[in-house]
Amino acid sequence: MNAPRLRADRARCTGAGQCARTAPTLFDQDDDGLAVLLIPNPPVEALSQARLAADLCPSGAIALHGDLPRARPITE
Amino acid sequence: MSTPADFPVPRTCPFTPPDSYDAMRAAGPLTRVTIPSGKRAWLLTRHTDVRAALADPAASSDARNPDFPALGHGEQQVAAELRPFIRMDPPDHTLVRRMLVGEFTLKRTRALGPVIEQTCHEQLARMLSLTPPVDLVTEYANRVSTTVICHLLGVPTEDLEFFRSITTVTGARSSTAEQVGAALNDLFALINRLVDDKTANPCDDLISRLALGPLERGEITRSSLLSQIGITLNAGHETSRNMIPLAAVALLRHPDQLAKLRDDPGRWPAAVDELLRYLSVADTITLRVATADIELEGATIPAGDAFIPLLGAANHDPAAFADPHVFDIDRPERHHVAFGYGVHQCIGQNLGRLELEIALRVLTDGAPALALTEPFEELPLKDTSAIFGLEQVRVSW
Ligand code: HEM
Ligand code: SF4
Repeated sequence: MNAPRLRADRARCTGAGQCARTAPTLFDQDDDGLAVLLIPNPPVEALSQARLAADLCPSGAIALHGDLPRARPITE
Repeated sequence: MSTPADFPVPRTCPFTPPDSYDAMRAAGPLTRVTIPSGKRAWLLTRHTDVRAALADPAASSDARNPDFPALGHGEQQVAAELRPFIRMDPPDHTLVRRMLVGEFTLKRTRALGPVIEQTCHEQLARMLSLTPPVDLVTEYANRVSTTVICHLLGVPTEDLEFFRSITTVTGARSSTAEQVGAALNDLFALINRLVDDKTANPCDDLISRLALGPLERGEITRSSLLSQIGITLNAGHETSRNMIPLAAVALLRHPDQLAKLRDDPGRWPAAVDELLRYLSVADTITLRVATADIELEGATIPAGDAFIPLLGAANHDPAAFADPHVFDIDRPERHHVAFGYGVHQCIGQNLGRLELEIALRVLTDGAPALALTEPFEELPLKDTSAIFGLEQVRVSW
């Protein structure tokens, strides 16, 4: 079993702040506007938020790896 | 040999992108069109394709490329000369974007909330002191959006009326190319003077920070800085100016949705995103050229070809949004592309959202009997401008 892991690639981040807006428990934004990952190992209850953030990130900077529960439609 | 232009197409309903997008989407991933300059371009209408193409590193925004599919008259020449970062590619784009993005963080944006709130109350009170019918575009939306963007950048109150007079020319369909050119010259002269003033007397605003930071350190040239401030002023003002009245009319036409917002103001953020999706005012702003083949599901944009991922078409794709032509503030889907996608995704989106929310809430709370004084069907549409909107919206209360 591979625990879910989040990554935020600051080199790719375009600073639109979608992640900090949609998943404020998982991401913050520093004063330069770039994403800061707060929780690299998101708990199960935060996975739908993590998935949403990865989907909404316009620059492909957010990745969610590991064994994930079956994906539900990206809404919420 | 020249084919008449068949794009852009006018809207039939002011709220939704042109009906023909649905037919294009059903027919296939790519639609070949001729734009007013006589050039050809591919249109993209599927949500997945629009996102994939805008995120592709081979999607170039560089207006210096002769194949760039500018839609407006003279737009390509102006963009190629001024090089606003919206029409740049990485790494040039990245440099400018990184310089600016700290000014648009959620924290900074939220700190503007009280100023926006106060501005909206002041402008509404002023409007309500006039004798109806009045035009919601000039007497409310334009005054709110110019005040907010000027506050962010640090354009002093004394220059606000001058800035408004410039935007009246640049934003009007009736302006000639010469008038727009003269207005842009005035705008650049104003920004140039402000950079000098703020270098001498810095304040807590965007222009001061850029003048004393990147400009003094030689990380950006003065002419580029002026262009970047100019695009931020324009992009930040035109969009809100057009969105606020159009969104207000959409809410008036959907009283059930407005009633939900009155019951529970906590729904405003979701309503604003639904308005952004539903109205998609920046539908045709994302113009690109493929610098290499771009592979889509079942199609390829060949290297060298111009293409336009239609944001409104993506936002009304039934594969991405159930009943896409229905305005529903409770809709669960969150992945609209009203702000674009990829590295150029709107830098001002958090400000845009907040400004829309406050402007609409203050308006609908403060003027509960707000109503159109002319038939909805006769509202004059801004069909030829880069950002869609209504030319005039006469209201009473
Ligand atoms: C509220 C409604 C708004 C909408 C619908 C909107 C839409 C967009 C879209 C679709 C793009 C991407 C263009 C492209 O990829 O070629 C964009 C970029 C941009 N927007 Fe907005 N915008 C809005 C508000 C604002 C505000 C309030 C500001 C500034 C204060 C702003 C400033 C900009 C700038 C500077 C860019 C260029 C970013 C870049 O190229 O990296 N926008 N906008
Ligand atoms: S959503 Fe993506 S691009 Fe935007 S701040 Fe987060 S990581 Fe950066």
